[in-house]
Amino acid sequence: MSTLALEDVRHVAELARLSLSPDEEARTQGQLSAVLDAVEALRQLPTDGVEPTSHAVSAATPLREDTVQPSLDAGRALANAPARGDTHFAVPKVLE
Amino acid sequence: MESSDFQAVIGLEVHAQLLTRSKIFCGCSTEFGAPANHHTCPVCLGLPGVLPVLNRQVVELAVRTGLALGCQVRPRSVWSRKNYFYPDLPKGYQITQFDLPLCEHGRLEFDVGGQMRLVRIRRIHMEEDAGKTVHDAAEGESWVDLNRAGVPLIEIVSEPDLASSEEAAEYLKALRDVLVCLGVNDGNLEEGSFRCDANVSVRHREATELGTRVELKNLNSFRFVRQAVDFEVARQVDVILGGGRVVQETRLYDSVKNETRPMRSKEEAHDYRYFPEPDLPPLTLDDAFVEQARKALPELPRARHARFVSQYGLPAADAKFLVADRALADYYEAAAAKAPDARKLASWMQGEFARLLKEQGGTVSNLKVAPAQLAALLSAVDRGEVSGSAAKEVLGEMFRTGEEPAALIARKGLAQVSDAGALEAAVDEVLAKNTGEAEKYRAGKKQILGFFVGQVMKALKGKGNPALINELVRKKLGG
Amino acid sequence: MSLVDCSMLELAGRLERKEASSVEATRACLSRIDAVDGRVRAFLKVDAAGALAAAEASDRRRAAGKPAGPLDGVPVGLKDLFITEGLETTAGSKILEGFVPPYDGTPVRLLKEAGLPILGKLNLDEFAMGSSTESSGFHPTHNPWDLARSPGGSSGGSAAAVAAREAFGALGTDTGGSIRQPAAFTNLVGVKPTYGRVSRYGVIAFASSLDQVGPLTRTVADAAALLQVLAVHDAKDSTSAVQPASDYRAGLEGGVAGMTLGLPREYFADGMDSEVEAAVRAAARAYEKLGAKVVEVSLPHTRYALATYYLIAPAEASANLARYDGVRYGLRAEGVKGLGDLYVRTRTQGFGAEVKRRILLGTYALSAGYYDAYYLKAQKVRTLIRRDFEAAFKEVDVMVSPTSPVPAFRLGEKTGDPLSMYLMDVFTLPCNLAGLPGLSLPCGFTRAGLPIGLQLLGRPFDEARLFQVARAFEREHDFSSRKPGL
Repeated sequence: MSTLALEDVRHVAELARLSLSPDEEARTQGQLSAVLDAVEALRQLPTDGVEPTSHAVSAATPLREDTVQPSLDAGRALANAPARGDTHFAVPKVLE
Repeated sequence: MESSDFQAVIGLEVHAQLLTRSKIFCGCSTEFGAPANHHTCPVCLGLPGVLPVLNRQVVELAVRTGLALGCQVRPRSVWSRKNYFYPDLPKGYQITQFDLPLCEHGRLEFDVGGQMRLVRIRRIHMEEDAGKTVHDAAEGESWVDLNRAGVPLIEIVSEPDLASSEEAAEYLKALRDVLVCLGVNDGNLEEGSFRCDANVSVRHREATELGTRVELKNLNSFRFVRQAVDFEVARQVDVILGGGRVVQETRLYDSVKNETRPMRSKEEAHDYRYFPEPDLPPLTLDDAFVEQARKALPELPRARHARFVSQYGLPAADAKFLVADRALADYYEAAAAKAPDARKLASWMQGEFARLLKEQGGTVSNLKVAPAQLAALLSAVDRGEVSGSAAKEVLGEMFRTGEEPAALIARKGLAQVSDAGALEAAVDEVLAKNTGEAEKYRAGKKQILGFFVGQVMKALKGKGNPALINELVRKKLGG
Repeated sequence: MSLVDCSMLELAGRLERKEASSVEATRACLSRIDAVDGRVRAFLKVDAAGALAAAEASDRRRAAGKPAGPLDGVPVGLKDLFITEGLETTAGSKILEGFVPPYDGTPVRLLKEAGLPILGKLNLDEFAMGSSTESSGFHPTHNPWDLARSPGGSSGGSAAAVAAREAFGALGTDTGGSIRQPAAFTNLVGVKPTYGRVSRYGVIAFASSLDQVGPLTRTVADAAALLQVLAVHDAKDSTSAVQPASDYRAGLEGGVAGMTLGLPREYFADGMDSEVEAAVRAAARAYEKLGAKVVEVSLPHTRYALATYYLIAPAEASANLARYDGVRYGLRAEGVKGLGDLYVRTRTQGFGAEVKRRILLGTYALSAGYYDAYYLKAQKVRTLIRRDFEAAFKEVDVMVSPTSPVPAFRLGEKTGDPLSMYLMDVFTLPCNLAGLPGLSLPCGFTRAGLPIGLQLLGRPFDEARLFQVARAFEREHDFSSRKPGL
């Protein structure tokens, strides 16, 4: 049984920029632990010397020529912005 | 224990913007200075659904840099996602290279106070730049401009082989010269296209293990690098001597107060959760690609400097001046092939030529004066066809019009009178008009030779060959 | 036969022969949507004006004798994961509510170029994370065969709309079974092509190394024709296949005589519904009668596939969903105290429970100290799973299995238990891990009248053979012609 510690749940939530109520923390702890239990079998499987598969295709990455293509009109680039300042995206002040 | 028992251990991470036309993963322009968010598209805005496609020129420039710095180029390198939240990072991750970077195990040689230093290069990898956050743009607001998001960078990481702020600054200058010479970077620290972070620690001279390292950011001039490192080394030594411990952290250099201070937003322990970028298969390079890049490598500034000293007999300072600008050095070599004296050519190029060049904006690329024309002008000086001072005037006109020097000298009547008959007639006339002065000279007042020469020059409207006049006057006055 | 009951190719034939117009077909779909979608709830957004304008343009092309392609004028729907220029695209999430993209994704561009009017955007599990369409941020979708049941997921809206005759066909996406399982639950043909066959540019990412776009249709030939439109190389997707697609309809009627079909032993496990198993075994016998050799094969690492998938997919998703931060588009929480608060409150309000669960799981699998044990381990096991298939495909041409271990389940039945929901994908997700093509086709009904799906798995880029094998079964059975009694 690989029970996830409550601190782990909190740390991961912080990394993911999600906030969980105490109830949700406990529920998440239980659900993630159950998933990790199911995952436990994997860890018993020997994989020494097995190359990891990170891409389903074996091809190399293609290269494009260095040519400039038209950018979006700034109005369209900003059309969905929740807040703007001139042609910038505006956010609450960022601390350095 | 006292502060002299400690030595600084410094490693530098340089982010250099690659000189491509378009961004690393999309076709937006990399041109600096556009209004905010005018060089953006769905890809570099990080809109839902977009995918990256790698710019070939980014790979070529990065490979070129790796080869110039003696690195091994990995035939298969891998892209990774580096995950963190920041408003100018549109996707919430940066596409970069992590455990399998493009280049590794290089070196850079440079001089510090006449001594050769060698710093090992740990790695060079490619990545995308973030956008720009303007702090305090409005009350309580920061503004985000994504024009720079997706501009290609290489990160060049040195081993911690530097032992002083001076070494750090000299390493940076040498690295910048190499990148500029290679045509991969414009070397502009102010616009942020060449940026540096420093990892600084101190250790007791007898200690074997490294001290705790602090990362310094915001070092956007060579002077700031020196000042920030000096401040930080002194701070760390003070902390240790005061019985404290150096904390591993990121500190920002404040050039106004000349101090470093912890960055507030970076307090949280970083966990970047790197993993292979599924949207980009690994980059594979065949031998032909690498060999082609190797063949295209120019001679690097340090090697060229050594060759200028030995081949052209230049003083080190002259060679350094010329080599600092690859195009200028090329220009010099083209002119030197036809000039009568390579050393005189070098001092001309540092003097009047450099002054005129600066007036015209500073680059030889669109200059009207061809190297052969400059050589021809110096040949005319050498043959006494034009005086040195008149030649300066001729050069100025050549910069404006691109005319041949011979034609210009003739058109402007600047040809120097070297004809023996004409000179002798002028000298005779001056001596005849000034018999009293001639007597004084003969009586031993040799210092008035210059007076006669000046009078002859005046009579010839400044076009007489001063060396010949000198000789002639002396001969006529009997020694 | 009512116009909406036509298959895509039947409608295309009528359009070709001028027996119907695209405007009529589009209006028929819109009326059907009006009539039944209040109960089915397949659509998130209907674009009547856009669809009719496209239909009129199509009719003009047909009138001029210059159709843009064989399917010109056939109206279809899109899972709301496809980016559509000027048409709200939400991924079924509150966090993207109101987001109007400034560009078309490649599959959408290809559909438009081929002349297919787009009826609107179809419901899905939020960000395609789910197997029931219940985790949509807006509302669940109901299975037209039994409105109390789920149409499957995550492409449940696409499946329900096509099954309910609200659209002639639809596009879905399949990361672990999200096209095939809903197809099985709604008596449709659903195809997950080989990874790289269809461009992912402009398709909102769930798990980038697993996601593929594919069709949901009522017949095998429709699926072949619709995939043909999409199966082209795209320079905007670095994982797009360069090799040209074969002609999917050329050998469609070629039959299965001489082929070897494999039944993977591990796909007939305990816990499978007995009616599902019986239908699949009957299908295997039918293939034998049609001249195929049917053999048992083994995919020994199958039992690790679910765990592998539930590490890799959430890990990739945790990064893919980081861009929903309230800065440039979508939801921004109000009344926040500073930037950190903006991020946390926007994401906490905007994402639903299942999405949060997967982001947390994926973040954990990638976090310092756990990467090797979880994510890297999963990638290595992924290699073993891929090798299982490579070995098996040396023995057989196509593998045959159930698509889902059970028929459509009741809405609400599995929402409290994520793990039992994840088990719905146990037969479909190995093919995503291996990057192979998979297809689900109707192979019968339970006594309660619920559709059962047969899954075919093929070698990379062997979609044409999957269509041929599927068609051989379809020709001998009339399951596809049955329609739900809404």
